[in-house]
Amino acid sequence: MTRFVIPLVLFIALIVFLAIGLRHDPHEVPSPLINKPAPAFQLAQLREPSKRFSAEEMRGKVWLLNVWASWCITCRDEHPLLLEYARSKALPIYGLNYKDKREDALSWLGELGDPYVLSVSDLDGRVGIDYGVYGAPETYLIDRNGVIRFKQVGPVTPDIWEQKILPLAKELNK
Amino acid sequence: MKPPVTEFARHKQRNAKRNRLRNFAQPMMVFVLRGRTNPKMKRTALLLAIFSCLSFSSVAKEAQPSAADPVLEERVMKLSKELRCLVCQNETLADSRADLAEDLRGQIREQMKAGKSDKEIIAYLTDRYGKFILYNPPVDPTTYLLWFGPFILLLAGLALLFRYLKQRKELITEQPLSADERRRAEALLKTIPGKKVA
Repeated sequence: MTRFVIPLVLFIALIVFLAIGLRHDPHEVPSPLINKPAPAFQLAQLREPSKRFSAEEMRGKVWLLNVWASWCITCRDEHPLLLEYARSKALPIYGLNYKDKREDALSWLGELGDPYVLSVSDLDGRVGIDYGVYGAPETYLIDRNGVIRFKQVGPVTPDIWEQKILPLAKELNK
Repeated sequence: MKPPVTEFARHKQRNAKRNRLRNFAQPMMVFVLRGRTNPKMKRTALLLAIFSCLSFSSVAKEAQPSAADPVLEERVMKLSKELRCLVCQNETLADSRADLAEDLRGQIREQMKAGKSDKEIIAYLTDRYGKFILYNPPVDPTTYLLWFGPFILLLAGLALLFRYLKQRKELITEQPLSADERRRAEALLKTIPGKKVA
């Protein structure tokens, strides 16, 4: 009897491991910044470069920082979703325009609509590196104390919005 | 879910460009060499083809260090070889041509110029990108299974092998026949015609 049971158990264990492996997205790297203070930055605003914006100004608010660029193909997929989320007024969404040209970024917003309260220009990608950005779009949920509570690499799909971001934001806003 | 990494898409695009160049150069060479040309022309064509390949291969070269300060560049490249490019995950920062890899190499260069040690720079990068950026996984509780798993499997395999061999040895040691068995065996052997019992 054990002659058959042992290989069967091993086989099932193998299948389970393979199934788990298949569900893992190797591009999703756990960020060490979760539950750490959001790196400080002070950058020129995209629409009014003479004005600056820093993460410090958002103290006391729960907000989203969305990393985007006009050259980023997946950002284009994500964009209509962001517009919808912005319309729901659940959370203020700020944009980090990552390694983009100002005129490209502005014409993108003009063409597709602007979901952001405001965007800042990270021209050389330094702030992106501080936030551990490696594949735009990326989105950070930052709490009242300026601590990153959640990070999404890739588009914020409706599932992630409803099951992860909204409940967490609700809790943080209590 | 769609792969989120558009940096990756850009990287692929760039590779495609590089391959197009190569795909153009090689058929051209074949075309020229197969043509009905006299030997002298052939030789010239061959030389041309080789030169064109050489120039194309320099286009296709991996990340180019800037020649400003060779000692610094060597240090940058040496450290980059120990770090992973997060865009094309199976490449080191030194090998990758992704934009992010170039930026990170720039960061490493800048920090080295500012007098930071390799350790400090690695800490800077792992603070932002996590341990995944280390191309050589460090030995810590999360990687114990990775580092020691194979040895555990080896030991388990050896234990099983020894147990099996021991059992097998017991099975194959000669067991002398009892008097009764011997008689029966002889009786059986006698039934075979033309055989004599020794």
